[in-house]
Amino acid sequence: MSIQILMPALSPTMTEGKLAKWHVKEGDKITSGQVICEIETDKATMEVEAVDEGVIGKILVAEGTEAVQVNAPIAILVEEGEAVPATPAAPTPAAAPQPQSEPDGDAARPEPPPASQPAVLTQPAAATQLSAVPAEPEWTGPTVKVTVREALRDAMAEEMRRDPTVFLMGEEVAEYQGAYKVSQGLLDEFGARRVIDTPITEHGFAGLGVGAAFGGLRPIVEFMTFNFAMQAIDQIINSAAKTLYMSGGQMGCPIVFRGPNGAASRVAAQHSQCYASWYAHCPGLKVLAPWSAADAKGLMKAAIRDPNPVIFLENELLYGQSFEVPQTDDFVLPIGRAKIERPGKDVTITAFSIMVGKALQAAEELAKEGIDAEVINLRSIRPLDTETIVNSVKKTNRLVSVEEGWPFAGIGSELAALMMDQAFDWLDAPVKRVAGLDIPLPYAANLEKMALPQAPDIVAAAKAVCYR
Amino acid sequence: MAKTAAKPKAGEPGSRKAGDNSATAEELKKYYHDMLLIRRFEERAGQLYGMGLIGGFCHLYIGQEAVVVGMQATIDSAKDAVITSYRDHGHMLATGMEPRGVMAELTGRATGYSKGKGGSMHMFSRERNFYGGHGIVGAQVPIGTGLAFAHKYNDSKNVSLTYFGDGSANQGQVYEAMNMAALWKLPVVYVIENNKYGMGTSVERASAISDLYRHGEAFGIPGEQVDGMDVLAVKAAGEKAVEHARSGKGPYILEMLTYRYRGHSMSDPGKYRSKEEVDKMRTERDPIERLKKIMADKGVLDEASLKALDGEVRKVVADAAEFATNSPEPDPAELWTDVLVDSRPPAAA
Repeated sequence: MSIQILMPALSPTMTEGKLAKWHVKEGDKITSGQVICEIETDKATMEVEAVDEGVIGKILVAEGTEAVQVNAPIAILVEEGEAVPATPAAPTPAAAPQPQSEPDGDAARPEPPPASQPAVLTQPAAATQLSAVPAEPEWTGPTVKVTVREALRDAMAEEMRRDPTVFLMGEEVAEYQGAYKVSQGLLDEFGARRVIDTPITEHGFAGLGVGAAFGGLRPIVEFMTFNFAMQAIDQIINSAAKTLYMSGGQMGCPIVFRGPNGAASRVAAQHSQCYASWYAHCPGLKVLAPWSAADAKGLMKAAIRDPNPVIFLENELLYGQSFEVPQTDDFVLPIGRAKIERPGKDVTITAFSIMVGKALQAAEELAKEGIDAEVINLRSIRPLDTETIVNSVKKTNRLVSVEEGWPFAGIGSELAALMMDQAFDWLDAPVKRVAGLDIPLPYAANLEKMALPQAPDIVAAAKAVCYR
Repeated sequence: MAKTAAKPKAGEPGSRKAGDNSATAEELKKYYHDMLLIRRFEERAGQLYGMGLIGGFCHLYIGQEAVVVGMQATIDSAKDAVITSYRDHGHMLATGMEPRGVMAELTGRATGYSKGKGGSMHMFSRERNFYGGHGIVGAQVPIGTGLAFAHKYNDSKNVSLTYFGDGSANQGQVYEAMNMAALWKLPVVYVIENNKYGMGTSVERASAISDLYRHGEAFGIPGEQVDGMDVLAVKAAGEKAVEHARSGKGPYILEMLTYRYRGHSMSDPGKYRSKEEVDKMRTERDPIERLKKIMADKGVLDEASLKALDGEVRKVVADAAEFATNSPEPDPAELWTDVLVDSRPPAAA
């Protein structure tokens, strides 16, 4: 049976080219891989190799011909002894598929399915549907006052006892007991096989952790601070976050990347940055930012049990703060639920991590002036509990977003967009963002304080949206 | 310290003399079949690309077949892990992934290994212990080292074959990974496929030390240069390296001197090397022709059986191409699947 040799494309964008030269003539016997001709575009000249074996029955396009369309037959290959068909048969190959619908706006796109679908879930947008998230466990038993640092350690220790595939790796996590003492005691209990000091090679050990997760383990990778994770961000995003999708659901990556995030105290620009919006931008990741010790414990346990890559943003200044935590080793918070820390009716203030404390301080100040603020601790940045925020704004009609990171394309910007989408008709004032100043964080004590959101800034913003 | 084995040129005898082999007739036949399958598959992929049926980037493995086929012969494919870069079609076929599923992924169809969502550079098979298919140069090296970490953590005695090219060999993360592998004695074999050019830049213009097998010396990782155009030399060196890693001695580097006949990707005009150089490799060093000659000398396969095997391979490839051309594109609902694994516990424990 005869086969048509077609004009090939050199790149996905090539539509036509010049048939520069034939290396074979009619009657020649050719084998697979043999160069049969050269084609030329404005960008390049390339040799065309035969795929099939046979005899060149007829050359349909003479050498030197310009503007030969891609996929046009250029020669006919026959079997030895076979006659050349008089008229070329209909082209055998199917044309490249056309997109089923032109992407002309959102209307043409399939709707994201509800989150309550099947085995491998679909969390379309970064928003949670609360109906699909388990309720926060109500704890009526005894509580105990612990620091955020201890809560994190306890969470890791409990999960390591529960699941032998969980291990902790990072710089100074073992013998030094943690640069910020978060992993204190873990080496003693679990040994050097499961609590592993790494060399100072963030990119390398983040990638190694991803490989271990592909290989069936559940790594907790500590970054001494998230600033250093910029060295590793390719592995976090390109390898950890995207591989499940790129593998059609085969290659899950259950891993926790954790460490202190944001400004500490007088450590200047390279050591003081909030990465919440960086990671929250990326599908395939979950991003958590706890405030209290209970948040830290319950969410850390949830993160370790989660089958997806989780970015766990801690805060150095919170490590030493104490909070009441349920006295149980099975306190797991659902990922994707915000927490109303202080109910109120006049203005909604959202915050996460250390800013929750500042927001609560501001709320006390506001109360003195007769403004009743509702403070929402976001806790989970991705997925974001949009329902709780929207419901709150439907009640208060005002939103102030607080974050330590920079304002441009920040979490506050996302919340402002959310309000446009879902609460536009309920807003009585424009959304106000309180954020870190749009500068690298300065070292001097006075400048540093001015660059970061403080309670009075939040008070001022809340008053502004209340027109007071 | 690195063992400085006699340094063969590509295509010249490596640690074994060409033709000196301990492989059985069946093994030789299998290597020949597997290399030919990759060659024909890639030629067809190139053709489908030319027809616009395969999009994006497409990096062909033609010329390098002996590396992956020889190495695969040294591991237990049911247990040992394999990971590589984006020039990955050959590795997938060698690990036993179905030509149909691979080709259908290349054409972006629902029946592809990644349901059409990964493409040429991003394919995986848990079943065949193939961990990708990674598009970022060098990123697979820490990941492959992490697979070895998991093997050691689980005390499984399995190894990780981590392939990368001469282009990756200058990436920082490669050395971060090598350091940890040596420090913790992880069971990983680094197989450097030195095809002489990282895209259009020759090894000599990119690496201060162009003997890539020596690149682990700073970490005390032994290395060896191997004639990557000789499947039996690859296998012999691979056996030694895999045994080293499996026995708990830590990582090993094999630098495979090989050559890609085609461009870096389909849209590479190849201005950085001469036509004579390419022709010389193809006519004098071709790994498939070489094995064919060995088999003929040994009387393993006669002309008729070769022809039959050839026909069989062609059929498989034609079938894969047809399957890949006629399979449907992914359902639009697939846009939203596989972004996250459902975090709810499975119904039955």
